[in-house]
Amino acid sequence: MKSRGMDPVLSTVRLTVREAVHTLSSSEDGGCIFSTLGSLKRYLGETENPALPEEQEEFARIHFSTFLRCLVGKLSPDWLELLPDGQLEELWASFFLEGPADQAFLVLMEAIEGAASPSFRLMKMARLLARFLSAGRMAAVMEGQCRQQTEPAFSLLQETLLSKVVGLPDHLGNRLQRENLAGFFPQNYFPLLGEELLQALQVVVESLRGGLDCSVSFLSQVLGKACVHGRQKELLGVLVPRLTALTQGSCLWQRVCWRLVERVPDRAMEAVLTGLVEAASGPEVLSWLLGNLVMKSKKAQFVMTQKLLFLQYRYTTPVLRSLLGYLAMDSQRRPLLIQALKELLETWGSSSAIRRAPLAQQHYISKAILVCLAHLGEAELQDCRDELLASLMAGVQSHLDSSLPSVRRLGMIVAEVASAQIHPEGPPLRFQYEEDELTRELLALATPQPAADSPSEAGPPVAPLTAETPNEEMVSSGGPQAQPEGSDSELDSDDEFVPYDMSGDTELRSSKAPVYVRDCVEALTTSENWERWEATLRALEGLIFRSPAATQEVSVELAKVLLHLEEKTGVAGFEGLRQRALVAVTVTDPVAEYLTTQFYALNYSLRQRMDILDVLTLAAQELSRPGRRQKPPQRGPPGPGPQPGSPATPAWRAVVEERIRSKTRRVSKGSAGQGPAADPNKFNSVAGYFFFPLIQLFDRPLVTFDLLGDDQLVLGRLVHTLGALMYLSVNTMVAVPMGKALLEFVWALRFHGDIYVRQGLLSAVSSVLLSVPAERLLADLPDELLEAQSWLADVAQKDPDEDCRTLAIKALLLLEKLRDKLLPPPPP
Amino acid sequence: MPLAPGTSHTSDFAGRSWSEAWTEGRDTPGDCIPPSMVAPPSPPPPPPDPQFVLRGSRSAVHALHFCGGAQGQGHPLLLSGQGRDLRVHVWDLAEGRNAIVDSVCLESVGFCRGSVLACGPQRWMLAMPGKGGDEVQILEMPSKTSVCSLKPEAEARPGMPMCLQLWQADSSPLPLLLAGYEDGSVALWDVSARKVCSRVACHEEPVMGLDFDSQKARGVSGSAEKALAVWSLDEQRALQVHGTHQLTNPGVADVRIRPDRRLLATAGWDHRIRVFHWRTMKPLAVLAFHSAAVHCLAFATDGLLAAGSGDQRISVWSLYPRM
Repeated sequence: MKSRGMDPVLSTVRLTVREAVHTLSSSEDGGCIFSTLGSLKRYLGETENPALPEEQEEFARIHFSTFLRCLVGKLSPDWLELLPDGQLEELWASFFLEGPADQAFLVLMEAIEGAASPSFRLMKMARLLARFLSAGRMAAVMEGQCRQQTEPAFSLLQETLLSKVVGLPDHLGNRLQRENLAGFFPQNYFPLLGEELLQALQVVVESLRGGLDCSVSFLSQVLGKACVHGRQKELLGVLVPRLTALTQGSCLWQRVCWRLVERVPDRAMEAVLTGLVEAASGPEVLSWLLGNLVMKSKKAQFVMTQKLLFLQYRYTTPVLRSLLGYLAMDSQRRPLLIQALKELLETWGSSSAIRRAPLAQQHYISKAILVCLAHLGEAELQDCRDELLASLMAGVQSHLDSSLPSVRRLGMIVAEVASAQIHPEGPPLRFQYEEDELTRELLALATPQPAADSPSEAGPPVAPLTAETPNEEMVSSGGPQAQPEGSDSELDSDDEFVPYDMSGDTELRSSKAPVYVRDCVEALTTSENWERWEATLRALEGLIFRSPAATQEVSVELAKVLLHLEEKTGVAGFEGLRQRALVAVTVTDPVAEYLTTQFYALNYSLRQRMDILDVLTLAAQELSRPGRRQKPPQRGPPGPGPQPGSPATPAWRAVVEERIRSKTRRVSKGSAGQGPAADPNKFNSVAGYFFFPLIQLFDRPLVTFDLLGDDQLVLGRLVHTLGALMYLSVNTMVAVPMGKALLEFVWALRFHGDIYVRQGLLSAVSSVLLSVPAERLLADLPDELLEAQSWLADVAQKDPDEDCRTLAIKALLLLEKLRDKLLPPPPP
Repeated sequence: MPLAPGTSHTSDFAGRSWSEAWTEGRDTPGDCIPPSMVAPPSPPPPPPDPQFVLRGSRSAVHALHFCGGAQGQGHPLLLSGQGRDLRVHVWDLAEGRNAIVDSVCLESVGFCRGSVLACGPQRWMLAMPGKGGDEVQILEMPSKTSVCSLKPEAEARPGMPMCLQLWQADSSPLPLLLAGYEDGSVALWDVSARKVCSRVACHEEPVMGLDFDSQKARGVSGSAEKALAVWSLDEQRALQVHGTHQLTNPGVADVRIRPDRRLLATAGWDHRIRVFHWRTMKPLAVLAFHSAAVHCLAFATDGLLAAGSGDQRISVWSLYPRM
């Protein structure tokens, strides 16, 4: 560099620039300024007589920024009007738009930041920047950086440039506030940046074709930084479709693209990869864009195989499919897929994950497992079969132990599909579960995508079929069945054949049911005649309701028999019949005391204990139903479940009331709907028998029954039952002590690990708030309420289960309403 | 010669009137009230009651036949179905007689009723189960000469024939036989060629009864299971199942199509008679009167329906009288 001073060419440039700067700063003559600027324009080339290349280079390297700053300094309305028609402004702007783009950009940004806000200069510079952008100069900025050989001296410049390029919308937004131009909005700027990035890549590809070295690292940094700023959608939404098309046909493009992603700094890798995985339309696209990136970059591997699978679960199924499909597409990457499957199954099977992970995440992991399985061939699975089977079996066990039906179902589906794949020669695993949207989606995942050209042809896994619904056994309504087409020409009017009433056409029962309740006990215990046994069971509910007095004599005995009744033959609806009969007994002559003691007795199965809870709830519901008295005591023997009975008002009365209503004008229209007639809650006298024995003994484990240990499913049911009983004892005397006991109970169990139990606790709190009179709540249980409130607030924020959070929020709202009711806001 | 209950036979009576149902006990029918043509009531009509009931047979009724028509023609005859005495009797019913004229010895014991086809004046063709369990024997009556014996092919193994129906197509005089077998299949035999034209599996259980509408080339069969099967015969004499019709209770002992081909009646083990619109198979009525399984049905030419049951009664119904 020391030769510069002696070089006559360079000193000419320096002199010219110095003179021009002097003229600019001193002269007020438009023509003079115009010609001075025109002379300098020679150094930018593209005129009739451009300056020598060395001169141009010297000007660009040393003097351009200084000169531009000088130009910025001169900017004022008076100065621009020295020449008419904006000639001067055009010339002034051309230096920014045609000169070296990186310097022009930096000066522009610097000027915008330096300008007072709001000011004429600021707006002028912003408009100029907008022109700069729309002229595609940003591509030039980035191209320039690609050609530079990475020297340490440049890194500072690049760093500045990078932050200005990516931070442009923020800077401009800050400076311009409300005057911001549409082009600088992030939703407009980043798509543009995507286009420009692509332009720069195009140049890179061209020059590589021409044999020139290029570096994409600046582009990678721009990409990374923009993605870290959360602009994946805007940027990649433009970039990925175009890159897909370009990389599809060209190896060179693919290599440039791989390099682009590879050079993304580690800290931005995750943002870029998640964006790419989401934007890519399939595994092939990902493969073109990323190549074997996961093998080269540790960070990328971590993101793709850990972060996206285990730590995040917001991605849609197609995203998951392209991610795992990408891993499956290349033989080098397939070991990663197998590894991922192992880890997925391990996580899936871990009982602590099942208990603590949100349901959505469990779905996500299950989906990932199914997609993995669809990609993997039998041979690959053979190698690690034992390991996979071990975690699968453990997982099935813990899933089936869960008290949430959807978790159990998840376990069943994954177990069916996975066992068929991992252990195809073994007997197929079959579960019975209800089919819904989710199961169908999961099962669909288990079959490989038809379009996927995965190297190994995984055999289509056996999609388990659920049991088909049995045909309707009733005589069909008689559509034209087996009708020979057009064979009947006779004028045969079907109208004359009016069907007779066929409602009596029921299934034939050859055995007569007992007529007395007392006989039923005997028939159910001793009868070897299964037809009679079944007929008895069917008739029992009706018998009990018809003869309450006779029932009361044998109620406990009958309840005992029913509780221990086992399904001997395949009686349709056995569970329902038994339950209805038990409810009928409990309603007629409350044997709740017996049932509640049996709940904590030895030698019952969990099923029986849960039956007890169900029966207690249903009976309480029946007893507390208003308008129960008016119900006709007779009801059909195999009648449907309890229905809200509406008092049967005679028809004439309805007519009269309607007439009165139409003739009467009401001044205040309160709640117009007339509810059922007021009636004391029948549950009042017995609620205590239902409730307190149940809540007392929950923490005393028996040999066979440990509510706080393994039998948390029953605990969940118990909590729900207690909540329901609390809710049903609204308007009863005993509601206040019940509420107090229930809140204490909730407090003791509030950190229970099982979601189902927690859901029960939360709804129990809500029923306490609903059932206990508000004044009594505040008078008798203020501390409990305060404690509950803080707990609810905690759950509403932190609980992993969505339903729990919702329930907590509902309870909080109830609490809020309660407070508003009791403490009206002071008048302002 | 009273037959013990639990056997089956068919009797044919030369009747004094349009409707005279005989029972095995050969009691004279009870009070024969002429049927009044009651129009079906407007919807929704309650299930109808029987027009009248014939009591006093003193044993289960297993076969019924209206014998009508030409008064004084003196058709003797009829018969078939075999008692436990392994005989089929020919009766003379003319002019109120009821005497056994002749009998044919049977070689098998089963539930199968025979079938009779009139081939000319005083000549009948009789199909009845033959020896060996799976054969059907064709006899010419009254000479009792054996025409042929229809034996299924060895590999078919259809089991015993359970019900038989002889008929003639309008186009050709050659007699055809529809036979329902123990394995639930229905076969069409060309009697003169002694071969099976077509066989189709209609049921899972033995076929208990079948009837055929030769005009529409459509037939129906009932079995021990819960469904009726409707099948048809095409020009190539091939049987095809058209569909099945589910019933509430299992077991159909007999099916009959009314001579005007508009109604179908089935005799159920569930004590009920079911009536369907034959063309559409729309259920029209469920007649619950009997207190034991209904064994047999018969339609009179004027549409009257008679049903014989294990409760030793015969109910007579008038449904949807013909206009």
